[in-house]
Amino acid sequence: MTTPTPQLVVGVGADLFADAVAGQAVDVTRVDWRPPMPDTADDLATLASDPLRSAANEQALAAMLGVQAMLVDVGPASEVLGLQEGEFLHAGPPIEWARATGPLRGALMGGAALEGLVEDPEDAVRLFEAGTSVSLEPCHHRNTVGPMAGVVTPSMWMFVLEDPTTGRRTHCSLNEGLGKVLRYGAYGPDVLTRLRWMGDVLGPLLRTAVRAHGPVDVTGILTQMLQMGDEAHNRNRAGTLMMLRDLAPAMAMSRADSADPADIAESLRFIGANDHFFLNLAMPACKLALDAARDIEGSTMVVAMARNGTDFGIQVSGTGDEWFTGPAQVADGLYLGDYGPDDANADIGDSAITETAGIGGFAMATAPAIVRLVGGTVSDALATTRRMHEITLGENPRWSVPILDFRGVPSGIDVTRVCRTGILPQINTGMAGKVAGTGQVGAGLVTPPGEIFPAALVRLAEKARQRRRTR
Amino acid sequence: MTTATSHVELRPGAYADSVALLQVSRTLQQLPGVATAQVAMGTPLNVDVLAQMGFDVPAGATPNDMVVAVRLTDDAGPDALAKAHAAMENALATRTESASEEQAPPRTTATALRQAPDNALVLVSVPGANALVEAMDAVEAGRDVMIFSDNMRLDHELALKRAAAERGVLVMGPDCGTSVLGGIGLGFANTTEPGPVALVAASGTGAQQLLCLLDHAGVGVTHALGVGGRDLSAQVRGLSTRAALARLDADDSVELIVLVSKPPADDVADEIREYAAGLGTQVEFAFLGAGRPDLTAACESALGALGRPVPQWPVREPATVRASTGGHLRGLFVGGTLCDEAMLIATAELGPIRSNIPLSAGLELELGAGLTAVGHTMIDFGDDELTAGRAHPMIDPTLRLEHLARTAADPTTCVLLLDVVLGHAAEPDPAALLAPAIAAVSQPVVVSVVGTAADPQGLERQVAALAEAGAQVHLSNAAATRAAVALTLAGGPR
Repeated sequence: MTTPTPQLVVGVGADLFADAVAGQAVDVTRVDWRPPMPDTADDLATLASDPLRSAANEQALAAMLGVQAMLVDVGPASEVLGLQEGEFLHAGPPIEWARATGPLRGALMGGAALEGLVEDPEDAVRLFEAGTSVSLEPCHHRNTVGPMAGVVTPSMWMFVLEDPTTGRRTHCSLNEGLGKVLRYGAYGPDVLTRLRWMGDVLGPLLRTAVRAHGPVDVTGILTQMLQMGDEAHNRNRAGTLMMLRDLAPAMAMSRADSADPADIAESLRFIGANDHFFLNLAMPACKLALDAARDIEGSTMVVAMARNGTDFGIQVSGTGDEWFTGPAQVADGLYLGDYGPDDANADIGDSAITETAGIGGFAMATAPAIVRLVGGTVSDALATTRRMHEITLGENPRWSVPILDFRGVPSGIDVTRVCRTGILPQINTGMAGKVAGTGQVGAGLVTPPGEIFPAALVRLAEKARQRRRTR
Repeated sequence: MTTATSHVELRPGAYADSVALLQVSRTLQQLPGVATAQVAMGTPLNVDVLAQMGFDVPAGATPNDMVVAVRLTDDAGPDALAKAHAAMENALATRTESASEEQAPPRTTATALRQAPDNALVLVSVPGANALVEAMDAVEAGRDVMIFSDNMRLDHELALKRAAAERGVLVMGPDCGTSVLGGIGLGFANTTEPGPVALVAASGTGAQQLLCLLDHAGVGVTHALGVGGRDLSAQVRGLSTRAALARLDADDSVELIVLVSKPPADDVADEIREYAAGLGTQVEFAFLGAGRPDLTAACESALGALGRPVPQWPVREPATVRASTGGHLRGLFVGGTLCDEAMLIATAELGPIRSNIPLSAGLELELGAGLTAVGHTMIDFGDDELTAGRAHPMIDPTLRLEHLARTAADPTTCVLLLDVVLGHAAEPDPAALLAPAIAAVSQPVVVSVVGTAADPQGLERQVAALAEAGAQVHLSNAAATRAAVALTLAGGPR
């Protein structure tokens, strides 16, 4: 046996040393190293030498990739979540009315009117200011994710997703379409009428169809749609139609349960015309996968990114339910109609759960059709997905990107790699109007506030040091 | 203060490695109208150097800030500063590769290793505080790693080497800038033929001295595994030394292993001797220390063990001989082990020697602006404190050249002892700057040149230039030191 001559030298640091090796006719890969985020070097070193980290991250990634999300039921939040009158769920980390911005306030006001707590949505302001008969709680705390404002009230109908291996469940409301909708903070009569129709007609019809059809493999649809030009955050066209393909026969057959053919036709038309309908299945599928990776001691993997319109928060596997928050940013993108940057609210919604799971902005390369909507070129999209591989623990072999030689999407955001590279997760997002009641004003790209990753790093390093002391 | 001709600017958050900044500084210095220029990260040492150059660095400069300092000549044109700025931006920009962002280079070692072959090796030279993180990527991916970085914390080194031991991976370094693997030099390494000897080295320039002496004796070295200057300390306890010995013992092409180290901890040395005794391959020990053989003697006994003859170690006499006039020996080294060896040899004849890396407590030099002290002194310019935030003196001769002129101007300096280390990654032509400096001083100068005929700088060319400038030039550092001591004694006390 002999000591082998290295076939390739990876050089990180001064170019001179890589040059000297290359000068000896050995292949060299140069790392484009930069100093880590300010004041993170010590904590990064602590975590680099944490004996738990590597295995814990492998376990977290494997747990996430192992989940199969099945749509098993549809039902009102009062039933599937046990949500009581006066209980309101919202997107993002915890927040109180006083700090809530326009879209969240508007959605809460519309939600209060939908539940009959007030006649006129405007009257709900006093209700929330008093706070005695109502309560706010993050969707994430109730196995749920909500797009944009993410407001869920007891009468809203929810998708129920289940991991067949463990029986764990996650939930999401039904998608209302675009424009003036509750999740963007609009609460006019049209909005409430549509929500009532969804509760009275669409929800029950979907429940009948899902129960008759049997569980729908949402993870499998995601696999296919990613190859069909959807990144499953801002573009869900293929996913929506595939789901419709699965459920339409059963919906048609619900006529046997005395459903009105006009209602069936209207429901099919509503879903087919709403390219985002599948988003509300992609989101809970991602949450179901990420929840499997929660609470693994020593893991530095991000298990949730969410915004409430004021704060952007992340949760990390190794730090339990703690939120690390910073101010939400305004997205950079394109505006509808006459709207402009001054009209846009700061980033909002649980939909960044898709990026947390490796799709959405992370899978931009697969969705050339939307790159201009979110303000970019095709080569930007390829670069974005490649860049996200720098901050993730691995790839998802199931969710692959054809144009990148079927490379799996970047999966498992690692707090340490974000701090090492300064590269922030890229999120595709919609933009809600700043003023309550406005609705959607545009769509674009956004990143989390950088400081929340060092904040999580500090806590992870504290825990690692504590373990070392008590070992 | 920024005068009409002097400009200092801070660039917070900008970063470039010290070698890149050295090149930028040199580009600026050569511009017409520029009297002097320095672009460096704002470490305390660099701020000191800038102050010595007469620049007033704003208070609050941190090691994360790039400091740009330019002084113009009196006859510089009105747009000289703007031109210097433009040249600097250009020099800073051209070091990044021009790959499109779509195929950007990897940003971490972990990413680079995802697509790398199994026997890829990682070479880390980021600042010491950041080295553990990159090196751990290599260990976790099951790849050997060489850490060129100095200023790595001891607890980081321990954590890394313990993790490596668990995974059967070899950690070379830190604070030992030399390795050779299958003839490929990493860090500072001389070009030698493959052969029956392998080195394990807790000393960079110690390994280089042995490589070059063995090469002169016609004996090749296929592997030299640098294990880090602290590996045989009481704290690290030979973690990498054991791994390297085991690796080489399993290699059928290795007939003899030479283990070279700065003074090891006594009990660790005993443990390693015991470990080595259990190997199938013979191990020769070249542990520096009082009363122990110097590196040249260790090389001679290795040759004996191989049954090879010991050659005459070459000496080139200076073109013009200078008489020593009495006073003190002043050694200015770029190699830490060469400095150690010189102190061990000289102390025996001259008594205590003051140094920034003293053999015993109480002989420390006051570091900082002066680096000067009364009596015999030897300075290691490669020591961590003098390389924080700037390139190693084997790459950047500035600090030693400045000090050489200052030391020569000191009337108590009787003899100057220098080392010049050739090989991969070292200065492309060290004699080009050193020879004029030697020619400009009046004292006798003795130089050891550590190099081989096949080194990129050309051993013969370097030796000839130094001798022509007035230096006596040796291949053996021990022999050079003895010559310098003899000259010092010949000059008599002052």
